[in-house]
Amino acid sequence: MNAHNAKLIEAIQDGIPIAERPYACIAERLGLDEADVIDGIRGLLDSDVIKRFGVVVSHRELGYRANAMVVWDIPDDGVDETGTRMAAIECVTLCYRRARRPPNWPYNLYCMIHGRDRASVLACVETVAAELSLENTPRAVLFSKHRFKQRGARYVLPPRLAEPMVSAPVTSAIE
Amino acid sequence: MNTASEANRGPANRPEPALDALERRLLNEFQRDFPLSRRPYAQIGRRLGIPEQEVIEHLANLQSRGLVSRIGPVFRCHRAGTSTLAAMAVPAQNLAAVAKLVNQYPEVNHNYEREHHFNLWFVATAPDARRLGETLDEIVALTGIEVLDLPLERAYHIDLGFPLW
Repeated sequence: MNAHNAKLIEAIQDGIPIAERPYACIAERLGLDEADVIDGIRGLLDSDVIKRFGVVVSHRELGYRANAMVVWDIPDDGVDETGTRMAAIECVTLCYRRARRPPNWPYNLYCMIHGRDRASVLACVETVAAELSLENTPRAVLFSKHRFKQRGARYVLPPRLAEPMVSAPVTSAIE
Repeated sequence: MNTASEANRGPANRPEPALDALERRLLNEFQRDFPLSRRPYAQIGRRLGIPEQEVIEHLANLQSRGLVSRIGPVFRCHRAGTSTLAAMAVPAQNLAAVAKLVNQYPEVNHNYEREHHFNLWFVATAPDARRLGETLDEIVALTGIEVLDLPLERAYHIDLGFPLW
């Protein structure tokens, strides 16, 4: 990640202007040519730093208010095949394999399901279990309850402070 | 556009905000491969049969209504920097305080309460593994609560955006 790309990423990570010449606008802020900005974004797409570029919708505001992360404990030798098949199921939006953290967290396969309500999300879980013969597989369904923070990833951050971010200990707020 | 077969595609159930056909197209058809040209909104306008200015006004309106978060990049994890999913089991009476503490880190970009013993879930992203680790260590030190670090090993889905209609 060179300095040029980092500058460009910082300029676009929160979105491009919704105005006539958005890339020219960014170029002016960065002291670059419009073509540099356009070529730079294309380069980040080609190198897969950016996986997609476009209108990012708020699915929650669009009515998909139920959201669950479903986690499964799949044997290591079958997890990639199961994950690939799970990702192709219509109602699954994301599907990942992550590290297990035994003993408290044995799960290794994660899928995200969005729906208009809890019932439709739970129906999707049953669909997934039935299609992949996972009825007897250890799993947990974790509905999201409250959104404390939601923001696109920041890959360019302010410099690390010498002191911890939170100066006052919070132990007083924690019994 | 809204045939029965199209209604059955995509995530469980269809959304219900009041949107006309043009707005639905703006929300659905430009989530990827957004034009990288001098006047991208004019290019979109040509495809939709409306002037550039109308595209701009509609998108700005959708953003002001909170339906569009931004027009921009979705990054692949681990390419620009590094990230992880983290989880904590926080006593209920301390959840608000711990969530607030976690939120203060610029490294944290998603933070949700979920219904489980592990009830606080957040994504932390940083330019490098060292800074990411420092962030999680600091959270542990300040709260006295263990953090489950759940790094991504493999993604199976292809990000086509969020299919709406």
